[in-house]
Amino acid sequence: MTGDVVLDARAVGKRFPGVVALSDVDLTLAAGEVHALVGENGAGKSTLIKVLTGVHPPDSGELVFQGGPVRFSRPLDAQAAGISTVYQEINLVPLMSVASNLFLGREPRTRWGLMDFRAMNTAASTLLRSYGVEVDVTRPLRTLGAGVRQMVAVARAAATDARVVILDEPTSSLEPREVDTLFAIIDRVRAGGAAVLYVSHRLDELYRICDTVTVLRDGRKVHSGPMAELPRLRLVALMLGRDLEQIRKEGTTKFDSAQPEARQTPVLAAKGLTSPHLLHGVDVTVRPGEIVGLGGLLGAGRSETVRAIAGSLPVDSGTVTVAGKSVRSGSVAAAMRAGVVMLPEDRKSDGILPDLSVRENIVLAALPRLSAAGLVSRKRQDTIVDTFIRRLRIKASSPDQKVGELSGGNQQKVLLARLLCREPKVLLLDEPTRGIDVGAKAEVQALVAELAAEGLGVVLISSEFEEVVEGSDSIVVLREGHVVAQLRGGDVTEQKLIAALAEGGDG
Amino acid sequence: MTAVTEQAAVAVADKGMTKREWIAGLVQRRGSVVVLALVILVSSFSFDTFATLDNARNVAMQSSFLAIVALGMTFVIISGGIDLSVGSVYALGGVLAAIGIQWGSVAGLLLPLVVCGGIGLLNGALVAYGRLAPFIVTLATLLGARGLLLAITDEGANTRLMPRDAVLTQIGQGTLLGFGYPVWIAVVLFAVGVVVLQRTRVGHSVLAIGGSAEAARLMGLPVARRTMWLYTASGLLAGLSGALAAAYSASGVTIVGVGFELDAIAAVVIGGTLLTGGAGTVGGTLAGVLLLMVIQNVINQIGTLSSHYQSVVSGAFLAAVVAIQAYLSRAHLGRERST
Repeated sequence: MTGDVVLDARAVGKRFPGVVALSDVDLTLAAGEVHALVGENGAGKSTLIKVLTGVHPPDSGELVFQGGPVRFSRPLDAQAAGISTVYQEINLVPLMSVASNLFLGREPRTRWGLMDFRAMNTAASTLLRSYGVEVDVTRPLRTLGAGVRQMVAVARAAATDARVVILDEPTSSLEPREVDTLFAIIDRVRAGGAAVLYVSHRLDELYRICDTVTVLRDGRKVHSGPMAELPRLRLVALMLGRDLEQIRKEGTTKFDSAQPEARQTPVLAAKGLTSPHLLHGVDVTVRPGEIVGLGGLLGAGRSETVRAIAGSLPVDSGTVTVAGKSVRSGSVAAAMRAGVVMLPEDRKSDGILPDLSVRENIVLAALPRLSAAGLVSRKRQDTIVDTFIRRLRIKASSPDQKVGELSGGNQQKVLLARLLCREPKVLLLDEPTRGIDVGAKAEVQALVAELAAEGLGVVLISSEFEEVVEGSDSIVVLREGHVVAQLRGGDVTEQKLIAALAEGGDG
Repeated sequence: MTAVTEQAAVAVADKGMTKREWIAGLVQRRGSVVVLALVILVSSFSFDTFATLDNARNVAMQSSFLAIVALGMTFVIISGGIDLSVGSVYALGGVLAAIGIQWGSVAGLLLPLVVCGGIGLLNGALVAYGRLAPFIVTLATLLGARGLLLAITDEGANTRLMPRDAVLTQIGQGTLLGFGYPVWIAVVLFAVGVVVLQRTRVGHSVLAIGGSAEAARLMGLPVARRTMWLYTASGLLAGLSGALAAAYSASGVTIVGVGFELDAIAAVVIGGTLLTGGAGTVGGTLAGVLLLMVIQNVINQIGTLSSHYQSVVSGAFLAAVVAIQAYLSRAHLGRERST
């Protein structure tokens, strides 16, 4: 099944100021294999990819590519040598056509040296069709969905005569149907004799598509071997570097501890939220200390519901009441004043300021409260920042470290800290654990449970049913903008949730 | 694991463009041409002196100098940058041509091209390799070039005349088929510009750099090198335009070109090029230049109006175009966020 070694990283080391990102890491990619690279956030996956693709030169160790040692000083060199990368944030040009994006830099030319658009468009259509993607290649990329953009990025990487194709979280924005298409493409790439390095947090996918696996933890390689011979439990244990049974126990006890008092007045009562095509009379009630999950499939209106509550989605009708006081709808500022804060789905574009420090990111929202006569007290800032870094267990070298340098899980905690320093009553969490690894996930979940236990009302959205079921005290099930069921107490199970999604609305 | 191949791959979800977006796109790409045609049509009926060959020659000549500067600006803006130095460089080019011509016409042409190209190269190197903001870099060279200009002309006290019989002066003043040579030079440069932008890999990469410099870099395009040459070309074209204008008036005048960069930017934006980069056309810029010049011409025809109203009308039109662009990009943003 697998052939010769294409790329061999030997004892690669990389340090950044204050951190050892990689230490003596070996990685061997063979022709015709799909190789999984797994590890928690901060384990060194991103750094390793950057070393392989010439973004960062390694401090020690060597890269052997197709039999000879290589040293890439820029991404262009690695690409020219035959190592293509599809980054997590799809790096294509949205204003240009699908065909242009596929062929940029190697456009077919006529004998006059001019670009041959007809040949380019034909080649682009043929290429995409061979991958099972039917799309008008002259359309600007921005008019197409995330799925197509991902396919174009992968097709581009695979088509540049690549010997190694690196895919970094390629399925994070895809629907299940699109994942199947992507896997078909990966299979073709593998059949063509290239090596694929596949980075993902989704274990199901790893076992479905990968032949071999390398596990990193704290910048070191802790395991490498055939995927099929590594049981799931052991894989997770390797990633976390802990005993799995213990983690499980900790996780469940924490989630069970938050039990709301049913007779308390709701801290949040949203009634009849309606927005054309999106929401049709959605009711959500949250009591202090309660975590209410929103269940539903993609497009059921979960994100829209929390956005309506937070005031960022205009509604035609419906009311939002926070701790007994009604809140003007359609105003983020009014919702915030009332004590409603939202952790947005996409922390990169909607929340984090990567070039600012941890301190600045945290105190941003609290600035009005921290300032006297327009001046901001540094001392009060420090107190607040230190408190949150300790309480949320944010791993940063100092409060002055840039947030962009932190791992995904820690970035999420910084955002959470920013929200919490406004002393909110209601916390809206839209996919709080997306894109962060298993260990940090359990930590964020435990944190949310702790916050609820202190009296906060929480609304939780997650595309993973397991997370919703484990983390919620009750679940409001949505389908196409309607509430189809409400699960409470003993009914909060995955089976009941799936049943409600499938047949809810009748009963 | 081979089971995956068996699964039928499906056609992926497809989001059509809305009609609103389509219209907005059309207005942006073709709006300047349509408005130009309307203004010419209405003016032809309103003023006897407008639709004459003499007036057309006049407008074409006036437009050619701005057009050559705006051509370079088009490429710079499409790449996501801006070049504020072209007004000063244009004036410097004129004076250098008048100085250089004392050693012959070749020197009179080469001196401005070398110096102005050098200033462009400096802009480009600082933007591309120094990673400085184009706005600041070219603002600095705007001031620097203007200062240099004042220094070499004793603060504008000396206006150097160019000998009428020199070849360079003849290039500025001679005509072919009734139109001046500068007009033909501009036409040829624009034809080359259209081909370069739309039909070559270089043009394609400029669009990509303006659309997303990071993506272009990761796709392996030579972003820094390309950027540097774009600013060099802009400086060269501004210098050439200045030299031609000096030859046309047979003198290198120090005080010309103040605010010329803003006219060029206005023409480019009116022509439908996105100020944020990534999209635009050379033809649109030509329409933008002509529109500005025709408006000026019409206001001169009216006679009773102060010529300053030309700026008012141009400004209003520019505001309308930018408003449409903003509307358009909001439509894009909304769509991207909904995915």
